Amino acid sequence: MQGKWINRLLLMPATAWFLVMLVLPLVVVAIFSFGERGAAGGYVPAFTLDQYLNLPARFTAFKNTLLLAPAGTLAALLIAYPLAYFLAVRASPKWKTILLVMVIVPFWTSILIRTYAWIFILGGRGIPTLLEFIGIEGVRLINTPFAVLVGIVYGYLPLMVFPIYVSLEKLDKRLLEASADLGSPPLRTFRQVTLPLSIPGIATGCMLVFILLMGEFLIPALLGGGKVFFIGNALVDLFLQSRNWAYGSAVAATLVIIMLVTVTLYMKLVARVGEQREDVSIL
Amino acid sequence: MRLYAIAVYLFLYAPIGIIILFSFNAGRHASDFRGFSVKWYGKALDNPFVMDALTTSLTVAFTTAVLASLMGTMAALALQRVQGRLRALYDGVIYIAIMIPGIVIGIATLIALVTAFNFLNPLLASAWPGGKPPRLNMGYASLIGAHTMFTMALVIVIVRTRIAGMDRTLIEASTDLYATPWRTFRQVTLPQIFPAILAGFLLSFTFSFDDFIIAFFVAGSESTLPIYVFSSIRRGVTPEINAIGTMVLGVSLSLLVAAQFLLRMKARQARAAG
Repeated sequence: MQGKWINRLLLMPATAWFLVMLVLPLVVVAIFSFGERGAAGGYVPAFTLDQYLNLPARFTAFKNTLLLAPAGTLAALLIAYPLAYFLAVRASPKWKTILLVMVIVPFWTSILIRTYAWIFILGGRGIPTLLEFIGIEGVRLINTPFAVLVGIVYGYLPLMVFPIYVSLEKLDKRLLEASADLGSPPLRTFRQVTLPLSIPGIATGCMLVFILLMGEFLIPALLGGGKVFFIGNALVDLFLQSRNWAYGSAVAATLVIIMLVTVTLYMKLVARVGEQREDVSIL
Repeated sequence: MRLYAIAVYLFLYAPIGIIILFSFNAGRHASDFRGFSVKWYGKALDNPFVMDALTTSLTVAFTTAVLASLMGTMAALALQRVQGRLRALYDGVIYIAIMIPGIVIGIATLIALVTAFNFLNPLLASAWPGGKPPRLNMGYASLIGAHTMFTMALVIVIVRTRIAGMDRTLIEASTDLYATPWRTFRQVTLPQIFPAILAGFLLSFTFSFDDFIIAFFVAGSESTLPIYVFSSIRRGVTPEINAIGTMVLGVSLSLLVAAQFLLRMKARQARAAG
């Protein structure tokens, strides 16, 4: 009885906070998305589907986001996995901590500053100038989808490395030895032991990166130069420039729905892969 | 394998190195290096806008980290004993809090609070007994509110994971030896979950300090350091931004070292006590 009261007390502040700062604002967005734009911007109460019917007006933003967010996630995964593997399995214990800290450190610095560094590197006086020295001219990198992709991988790599590292670190190294002792070539050990056991880490990493990318604004704003823009850029425009709250809410609601659907499907898929693994191990 | 790792580390650190290098640029143009100088650091520290933004960022980040780690830990401790529908509901809320993009949180908080304030301010003014009534506005409170909401969800997840991985037999042993629940918590549970709480605190601080997108919407007339830097980049690139970036990196680094040190000291104490 006493425990129940303590529990309620412990939960109360967090519950109140979530209600006021999360549930209420999201309900407001949902309501506003069926409203109309006021004459001077803002919102006028109404019940209409006009805002949703008008979504194709921002088609390019949706297209860019839905192409580049998965592409960026995949690129980050491909680059992060070998590093996570190296850190968890190969690196000597003496170096491991410092190397791990070195992966986290960039993440501790503002993503804004780090992305801004790439304006230098990819901009006119950066890599294109270097390429001119060796005779390749007229390469333009900044304000292209490639620049945005580089920014994405650079910005979110630590977030991908970490969960994969954690799942590989937990992996019982004796399994690898056993597999090798039983005559499995390294690649087979990797495919049948290491990779399946690191799926939770891969799933977490991909989900984290993908979620953050769906709402990305900074990287396209700085490296896409208004040419490669995401839904996030459209939202900033709609809320802070044209102050079209009703239409903006409809765009935001659509973004959330797309995300919920993709992530739920993704989780189901991961869970199914996990089940199969269970079956195999039982057999 | 090792070569690959070196290449990735280069990829991670070269841009940061370039920023640090160019922050010492004597020239006025960010992209061509004209000798070594620290004058941009002086410029940045003399700039009242930078100092204002820095103060705001630090205040908000610290308050956020304290609130989020406190309320998040409380909730995580309670949730381990909650089952059934309430538990599922709470898991759903945490899931949504983490999944919703920052930009949507920013927008939602902005329009919800502005609408609420437009409704509340006249009421407040009419009910105020004499003098100038206070006006509710976007600013510190909305920044802390939104940052705490998100980071609290992170703390709950981190601490809960730690609780789940905790050795339960120790708690049972403690109860069997007639320790009061509070004593069990203080001497058994807390030392085990403390690293997770500290990690949650630091993560919350960093998130809040570095967050641009939520702050961009909810800061009102206040300016945080990322907002200042972003608007400066739009006005043109100067070595002053590199100097600010280098200083932010320095602060983050010392925090990280401090955290490592703290965590190790705790671990050593625990070992000594055991």
